[in-house]
Amino acid sequence: MMDLMKLTAVQLSDKIKAGEITVSQAVDAALDAMEKKDGTIHAFVYTNREHAQKKAAEIQEKIDAGQLTGPLAGVPVAVKDNICTKGMPTTCASRIMENFVPMYQSEAAANLEKAGMVIIGKTNMDEFAMGSTTETSCYGATKNPWNVEHVPGGSSGGSCAAVAAGEVLLALGSDTGGSIRQPSSYCGVTGIKPTYGTVSRYGLIAYGSSLDQIGPVAGNVTDCAALLQEIASYDKKDSTSVKLDDYDFMSALKHDVKGMKIGIPRDYFGEGLDPEVLGPIQKAAAVLKEQGAIVEHFDLGMVEYAIPAYYVIASAEASSNLERFDGVKYGYRAADYEGLHDMYKKSRTEGFGREVKRRIMLGSFVLSSGYYDAYYLKALRTKALIKKAFDAAFAKYDIILAPAAPTTAPRLGESLSDPLKMYLGDIYTVSANLAGIPGISIPCGLDSKGMPVGMQMLGDCFKEKTILQAAYTFECCRGDIFGKEAH
Amino acid sequence: MAEIITDETIDYVSILAKLKLTEAEKEDAKADMQKMLNYIDKLDELDTSGVEPMSHVFSFDNVFREDVVTNQDDRDAMLANAPLAKDGQYKVPKTVE
Amino acid sequence: MAKQYETVIGLEVHVELATKTKIFCGCTTAFGGAPNTHTCPVCTGMPGSLPVLNRQVVEYAMAVGLAANCQINQYCKFDRKNYFYPDNPQNYQISQLYLPICHDGYIEIETGSGKKQVRIHEIHMEEDAGKLIHDEWEDCSLVDYNRSGVPLIEIVSEPDMRSAEEVTAYLDKLRLLIQYIGASDCKLQEGSMRADVNLSVREVGAEEFGTRTEMKNLNSFKAIGRAIEGERARQIELLEEGKAVIQETRRWDDNKEYSYAMRSKEDAKDYRYFPDPDLLPVNISDAWMNRVKDALPELQPQRQERYEREYGLPAYDAQIITASKKMADIFEETVALVSNPKKVSNWLMVETMRLLKEKNQEPEDLRFDPENLAKLIRLTEDGSVNSSVAKEVFEKIFTDDIDPEVYVTEHGLKTVNDDGALEEVVCKVLEENSKVVEEYRSGKEKVLGFLVGQVMKAMKGKANPAKAGELLKKKL
Ligand SMILES: [Mg+2]
Ligand SMILES: [Zn+2]
Repeated sequence: MMDLMKLTAVQLSDKIKAGEITVSQAVDAALDAMEKKDGTIHAFVYTNREHAQKKAAEIQEKIDAGQLTGPLAGVPVAVKDNICTKGMPTTCASRIMENFVPMYQSEAAANLEKAGMVIIGKTNMDEFAMGSTTETSCYGATKNPWNVEHVPGGSSGGSCAAVAAGEVLLALGSDTGGSIRQPSSYCGVTGIKPTYGTVSRYGLIAYGSSLDQIGPVAGNVTDCAALLQEIASYDKKDSTSVKLDDYDFMSALKHDVKGMKIGIPRDYFGEGLDPEVLGPIQKAAAVLKEQGAIVEHFDLGMVEYAIPAYYVIASAEASSNLERFDGVKYGYRAADYEGLHDMYKKSRTEGFGREVKRRIMLGSFVLSSGYYDAYYLKALRTKALIKKAFDAAFAKYDIILAPAAPTTAPRLGESLSDPLKMYLGDIYTVSANLAGIPGISIPCGLDSKGMPVGMQMLGDCFKEKTILQAAYTFECCRGDIFGKEAH
Repeated sequence: MAEIITDETIDYVSILAKLKLTEAEKEDAKADMQKMLNYIDKLDELDTSGVEPMSHVFSFDNVFREDVVTNQDDRDAMLANAPLAKDGQYKVPKTVE
Repeated sequence: MAKQYETVIGLEVHVELATKTKIFCGCTTAFGGAPNTHTCPVCTGMPGSLPVLNRQVVEYAMAVGLAANCQINQYCKFDRKNYFYPDNPQNYQISQLYLPICHDGYIEIETGSGKKQVRIHEIHMEEDAGKLIHDEWEDCSLVDYNRSGVPLIEIVSEPDMRSAEEVTAYLDKLRLLIQYIGASDCKLQEGSMRADVNLSVREVGAEEFGTRTEMKNLNSFKAIGRAIEGERARQIELLEEGKAVIQETRRWDDNKEYSYAMRSKEDAKDYRYFPDPDLLPVNISDAWMNRVKDALPELQPQRQERYEREYGLPAYDAQIITASKKMADIFEETVALVSNPKKVSNWLMVETMRLLKEKNQEPEDLRFDPENLAKLIRLTEDGSVNSSVAKEVFEKIFTDDIDPEVYVTEHGLKTVNDDGALEEVVCKVLEENSKVVEEYRSGKEKVLGFLVGQVMKAMKGKANPAKAGELLKKKL
C-alpha cells in the first residue's frame, strides 16, 4: 500500500472522499508514523488511538453520506497543547495545568471537527508558549527532525516537528511573537500567522491576548491555505473576532505574481543576520522577480524597538492572564501549605517553570504602581508607531519579504542560557504580532549543515490571500531545495 | 536612565505575582530583570509624545451579547478539574480570621 | 472648650443590575440556586474562555448616569484590576478605571437645612465576585461562583456628606432613582445594593480633609448609620489622644458595633490596572445616548406630583406610595381596574404597610397581582364581603396571591343578604340579650354596637353589619 504520509493533506482527503482509502486508515497511518518516530522527536504530549478511531468512524459515516465534502474531510490533525480540546488533556506543557481536561471546546478545534478532521493528539510546546525552542516544556524538549541535536524552534515546536517528521500532515500552532513562523522556518514546513481576529481565540489559553493568533502548519502552501480556510471563522464568543467577507483562501492558490510589489526592508538585513540565511532569501527574492514581481529595498523603520515593546506588552498581559492558575479551580496545587496565600505562592512557584516565572515577574513589574506609564504605556505608544510604519510600507508594497529568523535552528541547550539573546531571535517576527498583520513562513533552502531556512512574507491586515498567492507561486518555482527529507 | 532593581523590588514583585523565590532565584531574577529593563530602556530613544497608546490594533468597537440566558449547568464537569471540592464548591484554605 | 469635629463622608455604592444574564457570559443572574450551578467557563475563569459584554449592562449604566445628571464618556473601556482572592476566579476583576461610563453628576437630597447636592464623581461598570462560605467542620472555605460575573455599577460620590442622615437621604434617593429606572431592585439585605463608606473627620472650619478610612460590609441603612457614628467616634478619639488615623480598609461588625482593620501583609495594594485586551471599547453614539435618555421612565418626584394631581391623593399618601416603585406600580395598576384611587391607596397605606412590617419585608417583596386587590375592592363595594372579612381575605392575597372571588366562595365568606335569615338571627339575639335591650331602650344607644357584634358572631361574620344595625334598630 502507498505511504499515505507522503501525500498532501488535500490529496489524502480527495482519496478518502473518493472511497480509495478510509478515515480509519489515514488515522492509523499517522499514529503508526507517530509511534515509529516520536520516541526520538517527542513532538506529541498526548495521543489516543481509540478516541481517534471512534471519531474516524463518525466522520467516515458523514463522508459516505455526502455530508462532509470539505477539502480536508477525513484528514488527521494535531493540535498544540495550549488549544482547548474538549475531553482531551490540555496543559500548555506546564505542571500547573497537570490533569486539566477542558469541558469546553476551543472554537478552532470545533472548526476542525466541523471540517471533518480527526484530532489525533496534542503537540509539545514551550511552557505557556513562552520560548523559542520548545525546551521550556514540562515534558522535556522536542527535537528537530532534520537533526535531533537541534531545537525545532518554538513555541509551536511540537506542531512543526510533527509535520516535518511526517507524523501528521497538518497541525495547529499559535503565534504570539513568531511562535508559528520561526519553528516552521527551523523545521522546513509552511506556517501562517493570520491577521489578528481571523481565527477565534476562544479556548486558546492566553499568553499575550492582544498578540495571540492560532494558525495552520503544513507541508505545503495548499494544505496551509486549506487548513486556514477551515479554522477561520467569526466567533461571537471572542470579542476580538472579525467577520471576513471572504473565507475562500484556497482561491488565492494561483501561480501569478506579475506586477506584485514586494518590499524588502533594508533594516532586516544588517548585523545579526546569518549569511547562510541571507543567501537563500536573496535567491527566493530573485525567483519572485523572475516571475514578474517588482522587488525593491526600502527602509521600514522601528525595527529595533519591536522586541522591547513586545516583551513589555506580552509579559504584562501574561502576568495578568496567568493569575488564574492558583491551585483553586483546576490544575496543580502544592501538597503542603499554611493558609491561603502560602497555597497560592507554593502552587505557583512549584507549578510554573523558570521562563514563565521570569516573564510573570517582568510583567508584574512593568504594570506596578509608578512604572505603568514609563513602561507599559510607552510600549503601547511604540506599538502605535510600529503599526504606522507598516501602514506606510503597505501603502507602497503588497508584500514585505524577510527572513523568518536570523539563523537556522540552534543546537539544543544553546539558547536558554542567555534569554536576551533568545529574545533577539524574534526580531523578524514580533512586529507582525504588534501590528496585527498576517505572515507566512515558507522553506526556501538549506544551510551548509543541512538545516532548513525559512522565508517570511508579510501582508497588510486581512490580505492573507495576497501572501498565499505569492507563497504558492514561489513554491511552484523554487525547485527541489531540500534534496532529501527530514529525518 | 535604567531603573535599578533592588532586593526590595524583587520582594515586592513576588508579592504581586504570588511567587516564592529562593535566595538564589532572587539573585537570578534581579539580574534578569535588570538586563531586560536596560534593554527595554531603548524605547526611551523614541519620541512618543502625542502618540495615543494602542491597546487594540483595530479600531473596532461595540461587540455585545444580547441579554439572553444561553448556558446550562455544567457544574460537575467543571468541578472534576478542581484540586479539592466539597458539596459542589471549590475548597480553599480558610479566608476569614 | 472641646474641639468641634465635622464628619466628611463619601460613598462607593455597588448596585447589582437587573439583567437576566451576567455581564460577560450567558449565565443566569437568578438569585439562589445550588452552588456553582449558574456558572460556565467564562465566569469561573477557565483558561481560554473570553468575556463578551452584555449590551443591557451598558444601557442600564447609561440610564442611571443620565438620571443622576452625569456626563457620559461616549468612548469608554474596561480595565483589569489584578488581585488574588478566591472569590475572584481570574484573580483579576474586570472593571473600569481610566474611562468609566459616567462622570460628574449629582443627586439632590433634602437635609435639615434645605436642599443639597451630593456630587457623583463617576459611575463605572464591573463584575461581581463569587461567594465564600466558611466551613466549620473542616475549617476551610468553600467557593460558589454563582454571583461571579453578575453585573454591577459602582457609583462613587464626592466626599460631600456630613452626617448619617445625609448618607441615608442620599442612598434613599439613589435607590428610588435606580428602582424607577428598573436597573436594579436595590435590596440591601440580599446584597443587590451595597455601600462602602469613606469617612474622615476634621476640625470645624478646617480646609484640608483628614485621613480617611474605608468601611465595608454594611448591609442595612441602620448598620450604615451605626458604622458612621462608631467610626467617627473612633477617629475623634485617636485625634484627641494625639494619634494619627491610618488610611486603611476596615470591616464593620454590626453586632459588636465596631470596625476592624482588614490588614494583610500578604498584599500590596497595587492593582496594576491596564486595559483588558479581551474586550473592545464601547462607543456610544449620540443617537444611542438620546434613545436611552428619551426612554427614561417617570422618576419618583414626577410620579408623586402626578398622583396628587391626577388622582387627588394627599401629598403624604402620594409620597408613601411612590417611595417604592413596586408599590406605586401596584397602585397604578389597581386604580386602572377599579378607578377608586383613595380606596386603593388606603389598602396599600394601611393593610399592606402593616403586613410588610409584621413580616419584616420590603415593598419590593410584594408579589400579589393588582387584579386580585381590585377584585377584593369590588367585593367590598358591592357589599359581598364586609370589612373584617375583607381584611382576612387581603391577608391571603398578600401571602398567597389568591383570587378573592374564588376564595370567598369556597370558604363561604360572602355576606348573607338573605333578609329572612338575618331577621331570624336578630330576633334570637334580642331574645337572648334582654338586659342589653333594656339598657338600649333606657337611652344607652351605645350598646347597639354590642348587639350588632352578636349578630355578626352568630352569622360567622358573613352578615352585612350596616344592614344588621338597621334591622336591630327597627325591632328595638
Ligand atoms: Mg469596584
Ligand atoms: Zn458564566
